[in-house]
Amino acid sequence: MTTFDLAQAPLRELNQRLHNAPQGHWSILHPDGRHCIAAGVDAPIDIEIEGHVGYYCGGMNKQARISINGSAGPGVAENMMSGTVRVKGNVSHCAGASGHGGLLIVEGDASARCGISMKGSDIVVVGSIGHLSAFMAQSGRLVVCDDAGDFLGDSIYEAVIYVGGSVSSLGADCVEKKMTAQHLQSLAELLSASGVKADPGRFRRYGSARKLYNFNIDHASDY
Amino acid sequence: MCGIVGIYLKNKELNNNLGTMLAAMLAQMSERGPDSAGIAVYRNTVDPSKIKLTLFSADAEYDWNQLRVRCARAFSAEVDIEIRASHAVFSIAAPLPDLKTWLNAHEPGLRIMSAGSTIEIYKEKGTPLEFIKRFHVQDFHGSHALGHTRMATESAVTTEHSHPFSTGLDLCLVHNGSLSNHNQLRERLQRNGIEFQTDNDSEVAAGYLMWQLQQGATLEQALTSALKDLDGFYTFAVGTRNGFAVLRDPIACKPAVMAENDDWVAMASEFRAIAQLPGVEKARVWEPAPATVYSWGDA
Repeated sequence: MTTFDLAQAPLRELNQRLHNAPQGHWSILHPDGRHCIAAGVDAPIDIEIEGHVGYYCGGMNKQARISINGSAGPGVAENMMSGTVRVKGNVSHCAGASGHGGLLIVEGDASARCGISMKGSDIVVVGSIGHLSAFMAQSGRLVVCDDAGDFLGDSIYEAVIYVGGSVSSLGADCVEKKMTAQHLQSLAELLSASGVKADPGRFRRYGSARKLYNFNIDHASDY
Repeated sequence: MCGIVGIYLKNKELNNNLGTMLAAMLAQMSERGPDSAGIAVYRNTVDPSKIKLTLFSADAEYDWNQLRVRCARAFSAEVDIEIRASHAVFSIAAPLPDLKTWLNAHEPGLRIMSAGSTIEIYKEKGTPLEFIKRFHVQDFHGSHALGHTRMATESAVTTEHSHPFSTGLDLCLVHNGSLSNHNQLRERLQRNGIEFQTDNDSEVAAGYLMWQLQQGATLEQALTSALKDLDGFYTFAVGTRNGFAVLRDPIACKPAVMAENDDWVAMASEFRAIAQLPGVEKARVWEPAPATVYSWGDA
């Protein structure tokens, strides 16, 4: 295990060393809300961050398994390509935005715009999510064990949303869909991979009504 | 952009550390607002017969002691004065309207940054680090404080346009965001007797709260009304003589994070400002929800 103390050495040095590390296990101390910790890593390494982080932690992650023992600021795991980011606390807005792949697990709550424009990644939130989550989400899965805020899935494309609790309101062109056996299995596998204990049977599925894909004069009022 | 911070001490034994805590928080918000910085500090409440003013002079050579002598003679009252860089705090037993009239007539170049019994406001162009050094922010003792670092987007970079803004006794507001209906609202408030010193949008928000308080609203009620009347993006931190409050707009466009333990309540645009505070390891940390008023003390 390599220990790196951000109270003793600069963030730039840490990220440079992480970018050059082909493998290994890292422990990062005193994050103290700094931005871009462990962003841009592209190797199958394990990174544990002991405390709260600022913006864009684990952004653009490829392959690495990152664990944050605290809460995260805006844009955690933004544009993730693969690997895992696990947050023990809460996350601020735009968690997992634009993610192409990989898995983001939030053990607490996520605030607004969670999974905005996600493009194939998976996000599992054990608590609740804020307003405008999965806005224009293109593909991938967003799982929320508790409640979702207003305008869920506004202008959504082909991402799939599972909500265990209530939904304040759905955004334009987002509708509830039937929970098939195939979806139940997919959700059960994702919850299991995330280490989250929840009964897939209590979730509802939401997705695109596909009415906004092309302009249609009959649907002008939806725009 | 812009960065805002607020600290409210629940444990009064920490009052001597207020400046150290505030300076550490403000320094962390440097990148969010390198154009100018400012603080409001609540401390040294004056006798009820007196009024406390924070005055600003753009003239670095300004003779504050001469002003003290003239002011004391004009009002036949003792004047206490504390000079701090380009600002000076005056305490005098005299009616505020008379003081304002006298200052306007005799010293039109001076600006009144704050008025009340407890509040003091200091603000200046330049980086937050320069500001902290120049105004000896670490040395302040007090009960609560607000801070602002500004990246100007909507009006000029001058000392007067810097935050915090105060438009009423002991009331102060710092703002991250921009208001879109401030011109209309300013006119409406002016018709109701609220005075403004600049064309800045955040000053309108401070004026709006003052007007609400004058109508008998509590700070919490005033902020709830603000959700209806203010259009735009905002995270506000607000101070009154004994109170502290935070409000975000319904879309929660601008960032905010809060933390609380037995000793203090803190808010900031980013957690790294709060990470500087003693005891933060055991504090409860959360993101304030949109369109929700959070308040402490006599708010």
